[in-house]
Amino acid sequence: MSLRNCRNVKVLEVSPVGQSKTAGGFFELRLENPDWDGWKPGQFVMIRPASWELDMLWARPFSISSGDKASVSLLIQAVGRGTRRIAELRPGDTVAMWGPLGNSFAVEPDTPTLLLAGGIGIAPFRGYVEQHPHPENLALFLAHRLPLDCYPYELLSKTVSSRCMLEAKPSDLNCIIDTMRELIREYADKGGLVLSCGPTPFMRTVQRFAAEFGARAQVSLENRMACGVGACLGCVTKDGEGHHVQVCTRGPVFWADKVEL
Amino acid sequence: MDMQVNFGGLFLKNPVMTASGTFGFGLEFAPYGDLKRLGGIVAKGLSLKPREGNPMPRIAETPCGMLNAIGIQNPGVEHFVTKALPALPWKDVAVVANLYACDAEEFGELAGVLAGEEGVAALEVNVSCPNVKEGGIAFGQDPAQIGRVTEAVKKRAGNKHVMVKLSPNVTDIAVCARAAAEGGADSLSLINTLSGMAVDIRNRKPRIANVIAGLSGPAIKPVALRCVHQAVRAVDIPVVGIGGIASAEDALEFLLVGAQAVQVGTANFLRPDFAFGLADEMAALLETIGAASLDEFRGSLQLPL
Repeated sequence: MSLRNCRNVKVLEVSPVGQSKTAGGFFELRLENPDWDGWKPGQFVMIRPASWELDMLWARPFSISSGDKASVSLLIQAVGRGTRRIAELRPGDTVAMWGPLGNSFAVEPDTPTLLLAGGIGIAPFRGYVEQHPHPENLALFLAHRLPLDCYPYELLSKTVSSRCMLEAKPSDLNCIIDTMRELIREYADKGGLVLSCGPTPFMRTVQRFAAEFGARAQVSLENRMACGVGACLGCVTKDGEGHHVQVCTRGPVFWADKVEL
Repeated sequence: MDMQVNFGGLFLKNPVMTASGTFGFGLEFAPYGDLKRLGGIVAKGLSLKPREGNPMPRIAETPCGMLNAIGIQNPGVEHFVTKALPALPWKDVAVVANLYACDAEEFGELAGVLAGEEGVAALEVNVSCPNVKEGGIAFGQDPAQIGRVTEAVKKRAGNKHVMVKLSPNVTDIAVCARAAAEGGADSLSLINTLSGMAVDIRNRKPRIANVIAGLSGPAIKPVALRCVHQAVRAVDIPVVGIGGIASAEDALEFLLVGAQAVQVGTANFLRPDFAFGLADEMAALLETIGAASLDEFRGSLQLPL
């Protein structure tokens, strides 16, 4: 059994992401690496700052964005009470962290692979690109609502072929959906792999077009969870046979045709 | 300090158990600590047949607490007996099966399945789940039903210790405690969750698909302490305290009012290694406050005359 320890680690750095700095509420939280042997892109951690005491009980799940022997980096958007409090952490603060948790995105080094990111769903793809043995086979599409410079898009676009579309008005959404449809069809036709992460409606769109064109696609789910270890049963989703399965331990990555969204 | 506990034929090497529904079958937490350090593991609620549980969303965070309406999702008792139980260190830690059924007869049948299982140290009878439409809390609010279910389980449980888990959602917990004791319970555990609700003013919907859910966590500890206090004085059988324990001090508060042992629930979600060190922390704290022994401390609450 692999050891997924729970440790108190120190905050190393909290830094705004993007040229607009705090405009989008995106920040990178860099934590001490608690002696992990390694991690795979798509996996996540649970973190709970010591300063929360008993005010907020649940730890929060975040996909691992990047990391090495010294640190673990998480890309976070401050949108709720928990993420806003995490954004207020300072270097030296203590955080309980357990992980790496869950499964990971498929890696097929020689297969053309399309990374579909909806907003903050770009987070795990940073690690995916960094660890991929042949990043020249990767392409990234980012659909976003905030100004592009709120996201760590530029960082990824230096390494892989990239495209982005802004959803600023209702009609933009139709263009984004049309583009996703074309991209998924293109990758289905060439036997490629489609990996996606984003809000549930975004995942549903990927799932729909993957089914339409027979694309091999994976979706990463972000269900609310309390424990992260498969015990609370609060994060379940339905698998292809209609059974409830835990997103934290059976996911967070699922083949699009094996899960109900 | 000697932390062993022995009540009604149930031996625990320390008074820390993990509460049903918060610790899976125990194996989920094995990467985070040595299961043998626990006094007992109460497995997630078991039914005769597998149950899918309630629709999502099932959980919501509340101030110092959480709501859940899982609905006894479980793979059925056969799965537990054949897959989970053999993998647990049941020779070194008391494994307690938590039973859920829709009527007294079915409770008895479930007890019969587990009666012969060597690895099961006790049966905890769940007459208090607020999240299922059939049975559940309806049993727990009716003393006559509590008595009938307890009798049915006791009759089929062989020599297994039978613990009855009570609901706080009643007018008089003492009446329910006496009903379980008269039905033949070897011990009581309390409390299960308080009935609660959360709503979202933006989309004008309940935050839990089941609408009504069970509230747990530190927010309910005062209610749990009060219930344990009243139950201990109502019956002669041992009582196990549950409800919002998030520190060694919390656990000792339950022992002070007379609980034999405690179950840790929601705190297992605060961090997955929480329960493993709790008994050691309790022992250290007992020494710090000058308690001579666990037995001397237990039930020594000084009430006003």
